[in-house]
Amino acid sequence: MDAIGTVLVAMIAGALRVSTPFLFVSLGECLTERSGRINLGNEGVLVLGAMVAYATSYHTGSPWIGVLVAAVAGALLGSLHGAVCSLARVNDVAMGIAIMLAGTGIAFFFGKPYVQPEAPHLPALPLGFWSGTPSVRSALEVSPLFFVGLAAAVALHWFFRSTRIGLRVRIVGDSADAARALGLGIDRIRLLATAAGSGLAGIGGAFLSLSYPGSWNEGLSSGQGLMAVALVVFARWNPLHCITAALIFGAAGALGPSLQTVGVTKGYYLFYAAPYVVTLVILAATVRPGRSLRGMPGELSIGR
Amino acid sequence: MSSAAQVQGQPTSSPATAAPDRFYPARRALESVVGPLAALLLSAIGFSVFLLVLGKSPTDFFALMWKGAFASTFSLDNTLQRAAPLLLTALCVAVPAQLGLVIIGGEGAVVLGGLAATVIALPLNGAWPPLVQVAMAIAGAAAGAGWIAITGLLRARRGINETVASLVLAYIGIALFNHLVEGPLRDPASLNKPSTYGIGDANMLGPLPGTDLHPGLAVGVVACILCWVLISRTSLGFSMRVTGGNLRAAQLQGLPVQRLIILACLIGGGCAGLAGMIEVAAVHGRANASLIAGYGYAGILIAFLSRQNPLAIIPMSVLLGGIGAAGGLLQRRMDLPDATVQVLEGFIFVAILASETMQGRIAWFQPRARG
Repeated sequence: MDAIGTVLVAMIAGALRVSTPFLFVSLGECLTERSGRINLGNEGVLVLGAMVAYATSYHTGSPWIGVLVAAVAGALLGSLHGAVCSLARVNDVAMGIAIMLAGTGIAFFFGKPYVQPEAPHLPALPLGFWSGTPSVRSALEVSPLFFVGLAAAVALHWFFRSTRIGLRVRIVGDSADAARALGLGIDRIRLLATAAGSGLAGIGGAFLSLSYPGSWNEGLSSGQGLMAVALVVFARWNPLHCITAALIFGAAGALGPSLQTVGVTKGYYLFYAAPYVVTLVILAATVRPGRSLRGMPGELSIGR
Repeated sequence: MSSAAQVQGQPTSSPATAAPDRFYPARRALESVVGPLAALLLSAIGFSVFLLVLGKSPTDFFALMWKGAFASTFSLDNTLQRAAPLLLTALCVAVPAQLGLVIIGGEGAVVLGGLAATVIALPLNGAWPPLVQVAMAIAGAAAGAGWIAITGLLRARRGINETVASLVLAYIGIALFNHLVEGPLRDPASLNKPSTYGIGDANMLGPLPGTDLHPGLAVGVVACILCWVLISRTSLGFSMRVTGGNLRAAQLQGLPVQRLIILACLIGGGCAGLAGMIEVAAVHGRANASLIAGYGYAGILIAFLSRQNPLAIIPMSVLLGGIGAAGGLLQRRMDLPDATVQVLEGFIFVAILASETMQGRIAWFQPRARG
């Protein structure tokens, strides 16, 4: 196979693997932000989810229980964020960074004994069975969680568009005054949306430790939780666009290693930065002074 | 959203006829000290319960923490060395916060400031060291200021949210840093950890004259005091606070809001860039991935814990530096994981940020009519 083909296959493989945690975290962040609150703490949730999933999988022998427990742990940490942010005068940006620190701290604290042992991983779906080329076969070993993420994106889109609760979340996120007039419990809805969003982020963490890279250590996350904020802007708060955003950010991250396979070792950090530049351009192109970004929930603190 | 308004905007609803409440300013100052202290105590109690559940002794823990952070000259030096960059990165948040801006991208300014300082020092190698050091400081501060000023420009001219823009720019800055350090500027001899060429031992910043203290500490403390003077004692700082408190009022008064935004970002970014320069000139001697140490993010928390008051940044940075410095001792003596201090910091941050909500709710601290 020629060099370009090798790079493409490695990049698609990388994108499919790397994008899954991006997808879950950005969906979670999207849900939280649509309710009018920002959660920078999803980075901590991601790391905590990874640790909890790995430990659970090690003790029970079932990675799927690990995924479930990671979601619960994420939701718990998210509800702490949601509860404290419900108090008057508490800044959600600062609180998110505190949660990020607390979450990673707790994960490293309790995760120390699990750095060495091997836990059972999530099985991968061999979607490359039709190909005779080993590199294509290994590239298409896709984790089932990727498809769970796709389903979650579609479900979230439907939830916002066609359900009563989804409408309430959107009202609370767009106008607290309207929500108050309708008698909606703003704090309760935001708390639940934050908890559910962090639950999704926790599943993203489980992917990190149980699928790819597939181990538990302190350098596991490379900041995907914090980047989710940029991804959601990129996706314009639309769950379906989160899929595109996750694939593009994942592919940009995977470009470096795949270029290395053909001997190109320089310049890939600039490709890595490319999606961020695009995010900035989107921001610059669609915002006019005095008007907020199209699709941005009106109550979002970063929108004012 | 505007934190400046939180700091300044206490309700002053005493009737005009009543005698002024002479002790109110003192009580207000007391309130801003008592709140965080109570939260600190509460987080210590919470953490003690956490330790008891794990079967460790809280008294041993806090005694060791004191010992590892403040008790000996060695540990105090360690504490202050950790506090030095935090002083400057917290200013990167606190100065723009006077205008109601929440800038969270200080990390990008730190790494680019460190890189710029290194780059300027390389061709000057062999020159008179103080000259090189001044050039490094100017280059570092300029790079940091320029980087955060992009956020300020986007905010002032295009109305782009500064929180998201600064975060995204931090990632771009770090990618740029990695690209330059691992590519064009790399010292081929640095195999395992890609680095630039060293700035030379002669150009390293030594400890403060007559002491063992980290040189960055003096820079940081002076910067905090200067920023405090700027914010609370000059008309420029006053116009910043007016803008943060009420944008419309500032515009009606004809204040140059856009220029103020860019200026605040330049000052804050300059401080963060200086933090990167000091890390290079006093600790690492060259630019490499050690600069990406999360100082920018820690600075955000310290700025919020200090309620964006530059003078309060000094004790808060020393406190957090001390907690970090005690980590090693706790790990050795009590067999606790090194992440223990991070858990404690998490407890403290959550408690102090949550305690903001009590501000202005306790009647005793509020203004009253004398009668």
